[in-house]
Amino acid sequence: MLEVSGLRAGYGEVEVLREVDMDLGGGEIVAVLGSNGVGKTTLNNNLCGIYRPFAGSVRFAGEKITGRPAHKIVAAGLVQVPEGRRIFPNLTVHENLELGSYRRGRANRDSTLERVFTTFPRLRERMTQRAGTLSGGEQQMLAIGRGLMAEPVLLILDEPSLGLSPLLVEEMFALIGEISRQGIAILLVEQNVVQSLEIAHRAYILEQGRIVLSGTAGELLQNSDLKRAYLGI
Amino acid sequence: MLEFTILVPAVINGLLTGSIYALIALGLTLIYGVLHIINFAHGALLMLSLFGVYFLHSLAGIDPYVALLILVPAMFALGYGLQRTVIAHASHGKDENVLLVTLGIALIIENLALFFWRSDTRTIDVPYAFDVIDVGFAFLSVPRVAAFGAAFVVAGLLWVLMTRSDLGRAIRAVAKERHGARVVGIDVDHIFAMSYGIGTACVAAAACLLLPTFYVTPQVGNAFVLIAFTVVVLGGMGSFTGALVGGLLIGVVESLGGLFLGETLGQIGIFLVFIAVLLFRPTGLFGDRA
Repeated sequence: MLEVSGLRAGYGEVEVLREVDMDLGGGEIVAVLGSNGVGKTTLNNNLCGIYRPFAGSVRFAGEKITGRPAHKIVAAGLVQVPEGRRIFPNLTVHENLELGSYRRGRANRDSTLERVFTTFPRLRERMTQRAGTLSGGEQQMLAIGRGLMAEPVLLILDEPSLGLSPLLVEEMFALIGEISRQGIAILLVEQNVVQSLEIAHRAYILEQGRIVLSGTAGELLQNSDLKRAYLGI
Repeated sequence: MLEFTILVPAVINGLLTGSIYALIALGLTLIYGVLHIINFAHGALLMLSLFGVYFLHSLAGIDPYVALLILVPAMFALGYGLQRTVIAHASHGKDENVLLVTLGIALIIENLALFFWRSDTRTIDVPYAFDVIDVGFAFLSVPRVAAFGAAFVVAGLLWVLMTRSDLGRAIRAVAKERHGARVVGIDVDHIFAMSYGIGTACVAAAACLLLPTFYVTPQVGNAFVLIAFTVVVLGGMGSFTGALVGGLLIGVVESLGGLFLGETLGQIGIFLVFIAVLLFRPTGLFGDRA
């Protein structure tokens, strides 16, 4: 469904991603793991058309989407839940969700909204509240709910566990599994290696802008290099 | 010394003038809210609209109120085009560049107007220009009352647009969270241009309501835009309620200032109120707390 080949990207003169190749099939949860500053968010924003890659190609659902503007990529069904949530603080929870279907999924807005409220009952309670007044966990739920409103084919989640309490992190990962079971492919961009590998089918390890390791989640959990680098054992 | 019969008409006249200030300030505050810049071309666009009303009337015999139907869409299109083709390209995404570009646009429009139309003061002759209605305690100018009503209709329409439509929600979303807006598939460049277009359309509406009782010269925009800037800051940058209330307040203050201090000193009142409000509420009457 998503095929990335030879992707080079960065900011101005600075190259952050150096020849990234990866792919993702329908129904999969694929994790992109790495510590701060290795290029995870840069990768994500180049897939989504927020930035233009220097070189390489991104194909989504059989079509080349490299260099297309972000709104056209959303229209095709590739939707991201950005790092730092980026909800609209001055709009109500309800308006935030409505804008989730601004470009895509507008025809089914009411029924999707009902589904999102079933998944996140808390958001229904907070419906008329300004999004900026929500707690961090609620904002993360809203960001994911907003992403779901576009009826995504592939949902990119950028660090959904960032800034959440351990209990909420647990809940968040359970929820990602639930979204996946609804038939949505998921690209999970995370620092949280252990919990990500528990729910992902496959994973890529990103270091210094390069994929240094990839495989099924089971293989990677057994990999001694990975254990040493990320798990400290 | 001051009687009810002088004070009340002065306040009412202030409200009538203030409604026009409010309309101009609404456009300015909308553009500020989304693009985060003060639109220096606002006064020049008002002047251009006034000339539009003038020429539609003098060359084609079109009534200023009918001209609303032509000028509002035309100025919207001009504003949309200006943002999309000139401002966006010249700014390279930097807010301070946008500021300079709008200043440049203002200079060009004003000097072209001076070149082509000279600095003569022009007015139009409409049969209802001096009609008044007697409300018992005051005589009110019919076209100015009409302008007052129309300004509120425009403000109401704008409110509905901003709160009830996806376009309005997208404009408010872009104002505070551009990256988030891109992520949900909002074409941010389009929203910038729509905001600039709607802001310019407000100015066009103000021009149509203003000209039956006012005049036009190539410099006419400056007086209004200075007051509109004051209104926007006084009401709270980017706040619609602030622009509306601030516009009316400034209108009344100006009118009463004229009454108490004489016509030439009347505008001092505006800036005294302005300074007083900013001393006690630095974010303006309805501004978000920083």
